[in-house]
Amino acid sequence: MEFKKTVMLGALVAGTLAAGVAMAAEQFIGLPSYRVGAYAAGGSGIYGGWIDYMNLINERDGGVGGVKLVWEECETEYNNARGVECYERLKNKGETGNSMFSPLSTGITYSVLDKVADDKIPLVTIGYGRTDAADGRVFPWVFPLITTYWSQATTMIKYIESKEGDLKGKKIVLLYHDSAYGKEPHAVLDRMAADKGFTVEKIAVAHPGNEQQSQWLQIRQIRPDWVILWGWGVMNPTALKAAAKTGFPRTKMLGVWWSGAEEDTIPAGSAAKGFTAAGFNVAGADYPVIKDIKKVVYGKSLGNMEDESRVGSVYYNRGVVHGIIAVEAIRKAQEKYGKGKALTGEQIRWGYENLNIDDKKLAELGAAGFMPPLKTSCMDHEGSGKVKYQSWDGAKWQVVTDWIDADKQMVRGMIEESAAKYAQEKGITPRDCSKEM
Amino acid sequence: MFYREAGQFKASYQADQQIFPIIQDRVGIAIVIALAALVIPVIANEYWLKAILVPVLIFSLAAIGLNILTGYAGQLSLGSAAFMAVGAFGAYNFMLRIDGMPFLVALVLGGLAAAAVGVLFGLPSLRIKGFYLAVATLAAQFFIVWALVKFPWFSNYSSSGVITAQDIVILGYTFDGPVAKYLLTLAIVVVLALMAKNLVRTSTGRAWMAVRDMDVAAEVIGIRPMRTKLIAFAVSSFYCGVAGGLYAFTYLGTVEPEGFNLDLSFRILFMIIIGGVGSIMGSFLGAAFIVLLPIFLDNVIPHLFGNLFSASFASNLQLIVFGGLIIFFLIVEPHGLARLWQIGKEKLRLWPFPH
Amino acid sequence: MQFFLEVLIGGLLSGVLYALVALGFVLIFKASGVFNFAQGAMVFFAALTFVGFTEVLPGWTGLAEGGAVVFWLAFVLALVSMVVLGIATEKIVLRPLVNQPPITLFMATIGLSYLVEGIAQGIWGANVRGLELGIEDVPIEYMMEHHNILISSFDLFAAALAGVLVGSLALFFQYTKVGRALRAVADDHQAALSIGIPLQHIWAIVWGVAGFVALVAGLIWGARNGVQFALTFTALKALPVLILGGFTSVPGAIVGGLIIGASEKLAEVYVGPFVGGGIESWFPYVLALLFLLVRPEGLFGERHIDRV
Repeated sequence: MEFKKTVMLGALVAGTLAAGVAMAAEQFIGLPSYRVGAYAAGGSGIYGGWIDYMNLINERDGGVGGVKLVWEECETEYNNARGVECYERLKNKGETGNSMFSPLSTGITYSVLDKVADDKIPLVTIGYGRTDAADGRVFPWVFPLITTYWSQATTMIKYIESKEGDLKGKKIVLLYHDSAYGKEPHAVLDRMAADKGFTVEKIAVAHPGNEQQSQWLQIRQIRPDWVILWGWGVMNPTALKAAAKTGFPRTKMLGVWWSGAEEDTIPAGSAAKGFTAAGFNVAGADYPVIKDIKKVVYGKSLGNMEDESRVGSVYYNRGVVHGIIAVEAIRKAQEKYGKGKALTGEQIRWGYENLNIDDKKLAELGAAGFMPPLKTSCMDHEGSGKVKYQSWDGAKWQVVTDWIDADKQMVRGMIEESAAKYAQEKGITPRDCSKEM
Repeated sequence: MFYREAGQFKASYQADQQIFPIIQDRVGIAIVIALAALVIPVIANEYWLKAILVPVLIFSLAAIGLNILTGYAGQLSLGSAAFMAVGAFGAYNFMLRIDGMPFLVALVLGGLAAAAVGVLFGLPSLRIKGFYLAVATLAAQFFIVWALVKFPWFSNYSSSGVITAQDIVILGYTFDGPVAKYLLTLAIVVVLALMAKNLVRTSTGRAWMAVRDMDVAAEVIGIRPMRTKLIAFAVSSFYCGVAGGLYAFTYLGTVEPEGFNLDLSFRILFMIIIGGVGSIMGSFLGAAFIVLLPIFLDNVIPHLFGNLFSASFASNLQLIVFGGLIIFFLIVEPHGLARLWQIGKEKLRLWPFPH
Repeated sequence: MQFFLEVLIGGLLSGVLYALVALGFVLIFKASGVFNFAQGAMVFFAALTFVGFTEVLPGWTGLAEGGAVVFWLAFVLALVSMVVLGIATEKIVLRPLVNQPPITLFMATIGLSYLVEGIAQGIWGANVRGLELGIEDVPIEYMMEHHNILISSFDLFAAALAGVLVGSLALFFQYTKVGRALRAVADDHQAALSIGIPLQHIWAIVWGVAGFVALVAGLIWGARNGVQFALTFTALKALPVLILGGFTSVPGAIVGGLIIGASEKLAEVYVGPFVGGGIESWFPYVLALLFLLVRPEGLFGERHIDRV
């Protein structure tokens, strides 16, 4: 009896081993996720969405070009040192090493910025990270895709302009998280203010931002036409509540994409109604890609979200966007370097640099209107610069605009200026993009 | 048997005043340093060097700094991370603004800048004691980080507030590989650790301990509390500052002020409590423990329970186990890992015939 | 002037909320000499447990969602959880550490805060929740119309609640048998033991009460900013209040809270703009520090006399 069992077990092991050998190639993706602490709501949503999308690709399509996606999570706790450890731990896993690194933390992004070039792993930062890395000549390995903080700030002014008409003489208050992140839009807004003749008052909120009495009383004194909320975490609902408390209309408040998730509005309750925020992805579960995830992934109980009701939320969908772009980059790289085998980080980097996700492609993916079309090049690692605006109706986010383009000309100039300064400091010779293909 | 002082006679004052008066210690330390300097670079891979060994060494240095202040001089501080930040930003600015500034000099100057700031925030310690002082050092923690974010001069007007460390060049050699950076860190940490080990048994060190044990009594026997406490703050902040400089230059390469947050201060405090308050070696053990434990848990827990729990619960379980182990450890051995080593030494003295 | 008054009143009302969190620290420090850093985590745990129960109870019992019954049932269950947590902490964590140096106890409570945060998010998930106590956070119209001064009705309610809580605790300590025993324990453990006061019971009671205070603080802060991890940061707001008011004084927590609340708001509004703002992160600490230089034991703290 015992013997029989052992034999059977042995056969089973041998069988799986053989199957492992015979199995198709696997593309490894290291996920430096965070699911504990103050950032857990964002981390669990985004990485959950990403993992669900990869499961969808594996289950529905059998992987990308016959290559299964495999991944491993590494808990960073949003801490730079832990992030570096995760980066080093993940980088040599899988058949060809880690394919890409997306830490969803600007601090970790900076901590590994120099390392990715040595290790030849693309660093993909969607909606955060180092803005001037959009200049692919200086930062060949870094991809701040879709849009950057600077681009976003220009779209905010455009949005306000569409509501107010001429901005001359208008007053805008920037209520920002007092950190490097909150200071990102200052230069852009100052320039636009000078161009368009409005004034910007910048009011800092100390981290974590759970007290904003004094700031909002100041805003009440200033009586601005609009308030731009550049917040993070608890600062957002607190701002919305404080706005209600001081009687400032929420319809005149505009949030960044890190202020525009369900996590930011639900805690504010009724005070959040009418608040508008930017997003490079939209909320909603009615898109075919989300429906597919629900059917295929959750149908087989492979879903990553503990709370299935979060599927379709802003953070979750942002994770799906991460998944879509990662998969398309791999697909693109396979076109050049061959299907059916695992690719190296260097090859996938080429995929990221030559992405072309147009409207037709988006429709095929079931993501039309879900995220903006994206086209990258050696020069431009941002690829889009478009955002949509969504308003909170008290229960869910409603899209209120079409994709709004950034003021590319101005932002691009600032990016190149800043990147050139960095290149000079670090002694980097920018690539000649005419030689890249 | 292996660890017996009996029969080791000192024939000269010099022999009596060595840092390690017992031959076993001398040999042991020499072997450890030789292993760390010669063997580890050969056998350790890039992951171990970059992600484990370098941070352990750097945090050991910071823990030594805090141990000097808390363990030897008895002044509780919750602002170590901020002093690290001063050291990091100090070294960066000295390198940036003075042409041809050698790296080691910049590192020391960064440390001295931290020492100056440390003395400033140490002034209240003359009147304030215990937890009142601890909470007061939070003023340093929050103020310094705020100032580094707020005044762009510190980060050379970079839009994001981060600084990117310059290349480390010493005597024409560029330290850029993981092995080179590890060895440089090791050398600096070993030298400073030996200096600390020596310092705590000088008259300064003894004055610290007298103040720690009872400052009124110390004053009565002629120790000037103000001078003693401020020296402790200065030396401690200097060590933290140098650790911060290394953190920026040999470990992360790019740092932001917010990285030096309260949580990091707590972690350093954990290192000295777990390692052993008032022990230089304990600082190394504690740093290794606190750096390695979460990584160990992150490697083990998802594999053990990966299928049982969701990813989110597995992550939270790491936090629960981490907190639980710390409490367990404090209960079982409140004097820290250094105490375990001491017990081991006692055992080795009698082994194999304990009575 | 009207603006100054507005800021001042807003600050005072916020200060009461800081005091509410500080109160939890004071209770435990007074009775057992432990500087319980896990108080912030307990506030978070309490609020999350309460909201978690309001979510799951209708499913379990068939009660109407959002009803008063669910509210109070969840409140009782959360309270029980808090008391159990408090007593378990005392029994499992602190009793084995009796007679250890204060810093060891302090570190144990930091370890405890990781543990409690992990358990809270592990059980209830990382979702951010809203919490409605049924009081709108809007300006009081009378004051707006007649004096053009903005006072939030919610803040007023919260302050009143905190006032009632502090008052009843003060009475409890002053006039009940347990309260007297507790003050005896605070004065001298051994003397209290020798006259037959059951030390362990008293500690269990104090931790239970601290759990209750954490629940009230969690509900009010949760209703203000949402129930999320950031509730743990309320502890950082309470620390300067503690040093100002003294670690061992209940009225000190209230007075300290009022001073910190008002001065930090006034500083942010009147000093902040000159240095770039955001000074609320450190101003209360520096203020408390300067204050301590004059009075090292806080406003109402017990004067510490060193004897050789």
